[in-house]
Amino acid sequence: MNPKRKKLLLIVVFIVVGMGTATGLALKAFKENLLYFFSPTQVANGEAPVGTQFRIGGLVKKGSVKHDPNSLRVSFVLTDTAHDVKVNYNGILPDLFREGQGIVANGRLGRNGQFVASEVLAKHDANYMPPEVADALKKAGVKHDYGRYRMK
Amino acid sequence: MFVELGHFALILALFVAIVMAVLPTVGAARGNLRWMAVARPAGRMLFALVALSFAALTWAFATNDFSLVYVANNSNSDLPLQYRITAVWGAHEGSMLLWMMVFSAWTLAVTIFSKQLPEAFVARVLGVMGMISTGFLLFILLTSNPFIRQFPVPANGADLNPLLQDPGMISHPPMLYMGYVGFSVAFGFAIAALLGGRLDVVWARWSRPWTIAAWSFLTIGITLGSYWSYYELGWGGWWFWDPVENASFMPWLVGTALIHSLSATEKRGVFKNWTVLLSICAFALSLLGTFLVRSGVLTSVHAFANDPARGVFILIFLGVVIGGSLMLYAWRAPGLAPSNRYDLVSRETFLLINSVLLTVAMTAVLLGTVYPLVVEALGMDKLSVGPPYFNAVFIPLMVPVALAVGIGALCRWRSDDWRRLWRQLRFAFIGSIVLGVALVAMLAHSDYFMTALGVSLAIWIVSGTVVAVRERLRHRGGLWRGLKSLPSGFLGMSLAHIGFAVTIVGVTITSQFSVEQHKRMGPGESTTFAGYTFHMDRLHDITGPNYTGTEAVVSVTDKDGDAVTTLRTQKRKYNVRDTTTTEAGIHAGVFRDLYASLGAPLGNGDWSIRLYYRPFVRWIWFGALFMMLGGIMAARDKRYRVRARETAAMEEGQTGQAARP
Repeated sequence: MNPKRKKLLLIVVFIVVGMGTATGLALKAFKENLLYFFSPTQVANGEAPVGTQFRIGGLVKKGSVKHDPNSLRVSFVLTDTAHDVKVNYNGILPDLFREGQGIVANGRLGRNGQFVASEVLAKHDANYMPPEVADALKKAGVKHDYGRYRMK
Repeated sequence: MFVELGHFALILALFVAIVMAVLPTVGAARGNLRWMAVARPAGRMLFALVALSFAALTWAFATNDFSLVYVANNSNSDLPLQYRITAVWGAHEGSMLLWMMVFSAWTLAVTIFSKQLPEAFVARVLGVMGMISTGFLLFILLTSNPFIRQFPVPANGADLNPLLQDPGMISHPPMLYMGYVGFSVAFGFAIAALLGGRLDVVWARWSRPWTIAAWSFLTIGITLGSYWSYYELGWGGWWFWDPVENASFMPWLVGTALIHSLSATEKRGVFKNWTVLLSICAFALSLLGTFLVRSGVLTSVHAFANDPARGVFILIFLGVVIGGSLMLYAWRAPGLAPSNRYDLVSRETFLLINSVLLTVAMTAVLLGTVYPLVVEALGMDKLSVGPPYFNAVFIPLMVPVALAVGIGALCRWRSDDWRRLWRQLRFAFIGSIVLGVALVAMLAHSDYFMTALGVSLAIWIVSGTVVAVRERLRHRGGLWRGLKSLPSGFLGMSLAHIGFAVTIVGVTITSQFSVEQHKRMGPGESTTFAGYTFHMDRLHDITGPNYTGTEAVVSVTDKDGDAVTTLRTQKRKYNVRDTTTTEAGIHAGVFRDLYASLGAPLGNGDWSIRLYYRPFVRWIWFGALFMMLGGIMAARDKRYRVRARETAAMEEGQTGQAARP
């Protein structure tokens, strides 16, 4: 083998090994960190896994937000108007969280059918509806008034 | 009237862009000097027209002309003047116009700083830029026109998104666009070289300063975005692996690979094809970033558009640009001059390792960013990829990059010797491990390994750089005189590498040693952590020009009870949009930030509040600042001013080539 070939081969080996390792790492991490989205209806139908992390989205039901008087604990009901899921959270809610607003929560479903959120996300604009939530509502047969949905 | 003039100027700019795209390109192919000569005046005209149009829109904002739909949707007469002006790029239409404005500014720069370049080459570069301008101007005029009037005229506007009413917003988008769009020059150079059939060392030398300048702007643009989210979003985070951040980070990664690969192409005439591919890739990713951010497929503070026509337009545009340039590459690249030889242990190898790893890292980020979109578009699942994925893939890839940086700057071109390198670097190598481990041991912590690794790598880069600088200085007299005599390209590189090390230290220590508390607190209550006591002094109401709110005053004392600072954090409610935002109270320091951000009222006079202790967080941005300054220094290197003799030789070749059918 002449030196040029040898060098080329080494470079190719390096690239293949590097790419292979990276791909392996990436796919492993990828599998472990995929977060699926489920709507309250899917949760009610038992489609969502118990004990595995996933995302849930819906509207915060009016009058359902309850703060614990001594801590940051809060509970609220998420709805796609067909079904409800109770969400428990210990932390600070985002600025745009309010009753009637569409939000997405990240966490696990307990055996009691209540969702324990590790993170609650409301998007940056008050008029904004997360697309997953809009879709879940549509599937549940709600005609939501998007009035100012297309805000800009 | 001025607004109509601006609108008209934009339409005229489209025609100028078409002329600029067609005449010089055809002229260069046919060797018609008169057609080629159109390129420069057309480029300047384009700039003048787009600038006029931009000025008209700014004028409309400054004078509260709510008869424009765009102004009415994004401004308000109560908005302070400086934010009325930045509101020009506060939403989709205006930010596209800003994109175009920046693009035409780069075009102008090419027309001015290209005197030494051959006519045919300049004609081709400007021709490519004319094609891109045509696409973007069509996009603005057809789908995102900011000059559309409405009737009846509303009494007042809907206000600017309150999150964007912030000084960071004034500079972040223009800087980011300077970077994004700057890669179009590197792209234009690469396409022109492919069209001309001459990819050589001279081409790489022309391309380098432009590419490095664009990279510097992109660096500072991303840094400003990171800093803005840190103090404005109120969660004290500096990077979220949010798709929008990734959209700007991917061109940066490829751009970094590109400036390194270009140096090897210029100095040694190697990796030509790879460099061209990276030039195409960097600009394609800039366009992809624009597409991801602006089409509304991503949902965040940046996603303005919900109009599918826009997404389709950008997608087609993207397809034409990427598909067209890759086809040209496939057609022309294999016939290019053969590469020079180099040994396994040589600077070329380390530059190659570096640029391959950065490209792999970019691919991993791309996978995590685009995969959920593809899956959803195919109507399968709805899913998202969390930050742990990006950390798990990205960080291991950066370890060999950091190792290579320490050696690469010292390693000789073409051929070097492991034993020589080891002799030079053994103290740096052992020293950085010992020092890194020892430093971290003093601050014992749970994730010991990661911290020691990060700190060791940073020390390794710095010491490797110092050894390389010393090696260069050996025969140059005193330290100061020697430093002044070194080429600014080398000094800029060294500074940027040290900046990389500083950023690594910041990221590592902030990630591992930050302490935070989310508390329920009322006036008079306090909490202690990380050696500081945070005491909530009082809460009071505030009134601003276009908002009302509550301010918390939190005094901080250290272990000895001495006062450190008083943090003021606000919760603001903006009247027009009925939107709430948080203003964090930050006490900045070189070694740590103290950070308070007010949550929400919980009843009984209590509020929720986030309190953070963030050590070394500023190092992340300082490091990036060094990288940018290093880039600017390197771009100013005298060696890039092309010598007349080379140009003359090139000209002969170019026109000779072009004259043939």
